[in-house]
Amino acid sequence: MSPEVQALLYLLAAVAFIIGLRRLGSPRTARSGNAVAAVGMLLAVVVTLVDSEVSWVVLGAGAAVGAVVGAVLALRVQMTAMPQLVAAFNGFGGLASALVAGAVYVTVTGEIETVEMLTILLSVGIGGITFTGSLVAYAKLQGLLSGSPITYPGQKTLNAALLVGLLTAGVWSQTSQDPLAFWGMGVISLVLGVLLVIPIGGADMPVVIALLNSLSGLAAAATGFVIENSALIIGGALVGASGLILTKLMTEAMNRSLANVLFGAFGTGEGAAPAASAGGDVRTTTPGDLAVALSYANRVVIVPGYGLAVAQAQHQLREVADELERRGVEVVYGIHPVAGRMPGHMNVLLAEAEIPYDRLLDLDDTNSVLSRTDVVLVLGANDVVNPSARDDAESPIYGMPIIEVDRARTVVVVKRSMSPGFAGIDNPLFYDEGTLMLFADAKKALADLTVALETV
Amino acid sequence: MLDPVVVGVVVFVLASFIGFELITKVPPTLHTPLMSGSNAISGITIVGAIIATGIENDLLAASLAFLAVGSATINVVGGFLVTDRMLGMFRRPRREGRE
Repeated sequence: MSPEVQALLYLLAAVAFIIGLRRLGSPRTARSGNAVAAVGMLLAVVVTLVDSEVSWVVLGAGAAVGAVVGAVLALRVQMTAMPQLVAAFNGFGGLASALVAGAVYVTVTGEIETVEMLTILLSVGIGGITFTGSLVAYAKLQGLLSGSPITYPGQKTLNAALLVGLLTAGVWSQTSQDPLAFWGMGVISLVLGVLLVIPIGGADMPVVIALLNSLSGLAAAATGFVIENSALIIGGALVGASGLILTKLMTEAMNRSLANVLFGAFGTGEGAAPAASAGGDVRTTTPGDLAVALSYANRVVIVPGYGLAVAQAQHQLREVADELERRGVEVVYGIHPVAGRMPGHMNVLLAEAEIPYDRLLDLDDTNSVLSRTDVVLVLGANDVVNPSARDDAESPIYGMPIIEVDRARTVVVVKRSMSPGFAGIDNPLFYDEGTLMLFADAKKALADLTVALETV
Repeated sequence: MLDPVVVGVVVFVLASFIGFELITKVPPTLHTPLMSGSNAISGITIVGAIIATGIENDLLAASLAFLAVGSATINVVGGFLVTDRMLGMFRRPRREGRE
């Protein structure tokens, strides 16, 4: 195969990625889009195999192990555990890019040109940080590490020093051509990946995963420069852009800057004194009364939070929704962008319970139907429906976009107790005149509701 | 001929803009599959890993290449499979077909 034909076939693979991503833009075409991208990948692999002198033993062994591990992880993972799986996959991608650059480095004889060295250093540096950073994100999400930020005195100084060290080692390994400087840089990037992610709280992981996703793409693009391959550069650039957009959407949904997420150590348990209680009377309701209210509503909006998914109550929720729909009630779901543990996570969890995707409304659409809604059912969500984010300039979450459930005629909050949410912020919604509290675990409340609906 | 690195930079910048355009149109409902699917695409580094297995008969290089192929394959196979599994759960709207 001539290099020209090869280059064009790599371009074809990259086009398949672009078409695949475009088809991922609609639920109808998304599955075929993923398949198109996979075919593009296969093409790139075949083109590479045809013309390269590969070591079949090394290749076969690596591919066999990787394929088995990847398939087992992908087919067995629980949907609630999707964020940590994606974090792990990000990490492997970053690691692979760093290792390819490392393998190129050890086989180059003689002096390496400045530009080539720069691309190798970028691959190793970005790939290394992505790898260990993803491992820490995985450990935090999986509960192997505490979800609360790990901080210590001089943390930022140390990270800054390491960053300077990383750059110094990079420059040094170019000027001195000393392998020690090169490997030193690799080690520093691995350490930096760990230290940059440990001070970030568990609730900020959606941002971190999106950012690591972007970095894994950039590492692949850098490797594309090392081996001068356009498929890697294009594929890597697409993923880099995708991760950046998701990072931005997540920080906007939390009304935080990226710097604040990365360096703010948000959600520290210590010193988070519960805010002064808004006080006032709380009105409660029972599953029986709720069943009546829901049955006679025209439209019900359900606002699910992550607690619902942890309790695996989404199937119970669908049963309630099905029953209401049989009675002619329109049931839709209001999904806040940070309702899950990664972008779009809650939508996947509800899709798993066979809730049709056209019932899942995003933040803006939800808010526009709420004023014409009879009953809102808040299940396991708290901060994302807290009106003080809109009304109280003193509130720590002021400015965060919320689902404005208090626009609806009646709000029913299902909650185990009055305890404040993750951020330790009191929620005036609970004391609002239009709000009824149902104190129960989400799964139990939905089961009781199903029973109560039978008698209405 | 232009320096390949310059060509690479041109390709990279243009591809980034295509990426921004494409991803902005993806609805929030599909953000998780988008992430796992794009993650699988970043496994394109497998091409480099395959080439790396053949570069030299050096134990260190061979070990690095083996690990690179393994991790890239996990990324590619796992990424595409899990995305397919998730998208298979997205049910079409019920009213469809009745019309």
